[in-house]
Amino acid sequence: MRKPASAFAVHAILGLYTLLAIFPIVLVIMNSFKAKRAIFNTPLRPPLPETFDPIGYSRVFGDSSLPFYYLNSITVTVGTIFLTLLTGAMAAWALSEYKFRWNTLLALYLSIGIMVPIRLGSVAIIQLVAEMNLINTLTALVLVYTAQNLPLAVFILSEFIAQIPRDLREAARCDGLSEYNIFLHIILPLIRPAMATVAVFTMIPVWNDLWFPLLLAPTGGKQTITLGVQQFLGQYITDWNAVLAALSTAIVPVLVLYVIFSRQLIRGLTSGAVK
Amino acid sequence: MAEVRIEKLRKSFGAVEVLKDIDLTVEDGAFVVLVGPSGCGKSTLLRSIAGLEPVSDGIITIGGRKVNDLAPAQREIAMVFQSYALYPHMDVAANMGFGLRFAGTPKAEIAARVAEAARILQLEPLLKRRPRELSGGQRQRVAIGRAIVRKPQVFLFDEPLSNLDAALRINTRVEIAKLHKLLAATIVYVTHDQVEAMTLADKIVVMNQGRVEQQGKPLELYYRPANLFVAGFIGSPAMNFLPGKVTPGGVDLGADGALALPLPAGAVPGSAVTLGVRPEHMRIAGTADGLRIDATVELVERLGEMGYVHLRLPSGAVAIAEIRGDVGLGTGDRTSVALDPAHLHLFGADGHRIA
Ligand SMILES: Nc1ncnc2c1ncn2[C@@H]1O[C@H](COP(=O)(O)OP(=O)(O)OP(=O)(O)O)[C@@H](O)[C@H]1O
Ligand SMILES: [Mg+2]
Repeated sequence: MRKPASAFAVHAILGLYTLLAIFPIVLVIMNSFKAKRAIFNTPLRPPLPETFDPIGYSRVFGDSSLPFYYLNSITVTVGTIFLTLLTGAMAAWALSEYKFRWNTLLALYLSIGIMVPIRLGSVAIIQLVAEMNLINTLTALVLVYTAQNLPLAVFILSEFIAQIPRDLREAARCDGLSEYNIFLHIILPLIRPAMATVAVFTMIPVWNDLWFPLLLAPTGGKQTITLGVQQFLGQYITDWNAVLAALSTAIVPVLVLYVIFSRQLIRGLTSGAVK
Repeated sequence: MAEVRIEKLRKSFGAVEVLKDIDLTVEDGAFVVLVGPSGCGKSTLLRSIAGLEPVSDGIITIGGRKVNDLAPAQREIAMVFQSYALYPHMDVAANMGFGLRFAGTPKAEIAARVAEAARILQLEPLLKRRPRELSGGQRQRVAIGRAIVRKPQVFLFDEPLSNLDAALRINTRVEIAKLHKLLAATIVYVTHDQVEAMTLADKIVVMNQGRVEQQGKPLELYYRPANLFVAGFIGSPAMNFLPGKVTPGGVDLGADGALALPLPAGAVPGSAVTLGVRPEHMRIAGTADGLRIDATVELVERLGEMGYVHLRLPSGAVAIAEIRGDVGLGTGDRTSVALDPAHLHLFGADGHRIA
């Protein structure tokens, strides 16, 4: 047991950090329910009966294209998570389980991807995507994001796979499972918590990204929600009600995804595997 | 069930040779126990038989079929791991039936076989539990159940009881012995435990540094160990060794005195020998003439009716003798021990048995 004093200190620091992190979000949500004048005059006050105004939300839901932007964002995020987890787990399994010639070199090459920002290659990526006729498609975004997230995913997942006792894989081999079945029926279920971690790490930057949507899918109804919100930000006049409302609603889908993944995080699935 | 035959088996990890020229036959239905000090290659040998470790050289046959190039599943073996290695995300029934599911066995048959194994191992009330909800002994039984349901030709056990407490270990040992009779199974079993080895085995194989030192029936190894290593390894407490020289009338132990022994043909007078005698064959204050050694008591260990006396001999060597009842000795007392002439072991300078 920790001493009460130090436990209190830890909780105080965590609480303070939570306050700091949550403050801007609360501000956005609060102000999204207020009239324009009240947003500027009393930005720190919660919406009161006389300042309450859901005009931002009616503009957002009234806009015929915004639902598609939401859908685009969700598709890109979920697609990226799926591809990253699948290919990442397969690569991690191969790299940590099998001894082959270029094993170490390949692992090193992948880990370089963690250190080098993918945006440095933006020009080449645009050329590549254009050559493949994928400009203004969600496929382009999913592929680029998967490439961006794969190195870290492989790194984290192979650490977890290395922790699965060797006896378990060998028991499965004695049980007559093929290598694919060992991966599908033993490894994947056991690294679920790790996959949830990777999913959360992957999801947030992808959902929030403005860079690649702007470069690769800026028009043609394939904009993501971050790009879609920009239509309310004018050169001369900005519809702050709508911007705040759109941002507030954009929290919901990631929140739902997070809740789904965090349930996997909590459970220590490997307990009881050995001794 | 089937016979396992191992010929000239070698296994190297890189430059390190872990198994050196192993020859071993496990007869159909036999219970063979591998013992040896830690790191001598027992697990490696077992894993080679299972097909989890490719061998460097030699032949392994199971039931007359050469299996060197077969995958573990095709060898019709089942392995029980020291760590149990149960699948943590499945319940007991699923754990036991898992292998059958992938072998394409019909659902009804899987259920029947799992139920049968659960009945034999008294796991019926636990079938719906996850491994983490079981005690160590229950997990061990599930691991054995998983092996049984596949009806393998050969069972391989790697120190299956070493994670259990003493009482449970004795219980499970008895269960395994019964199971062996019931299934008439061929079993290769690795253990550190002398008692397990002596009680379970039809044949004990003593390994040391990647070689087989001796193989034979438990009592054969106990009464006629082939060399110093086996003599020191089998039996607890270990055999006492006294260095000496062969004389025409027996063995000269130097400061400890000379013993009059009928010498075997192989003993050349003047050559160095080691005399071995087990604690249970040394009698405190015994009366056998010609085979007495003076000694000083260093420590008395009482285990109840029996006990051990640690003795300092005149030469400075230490020996342990077994006692029964209260012999009225204490630390520092002077006494003498008599060696049982029927149970003396003589080893030559190369460590091999002379008599
Ligand atoms: N994968 C491996 N790579 C290199 N060396 C290994 C490997 N596995 C085992 N060894 C070595 O082989 C030798 C025999 O190991 P093994 O596990 O067979 O011993 P053991 O007799 O089972 O010991 P214990 O009683 O401690 O289980 C050891 O010296 C060990 O260091
Ligand atoms: Mg071992």
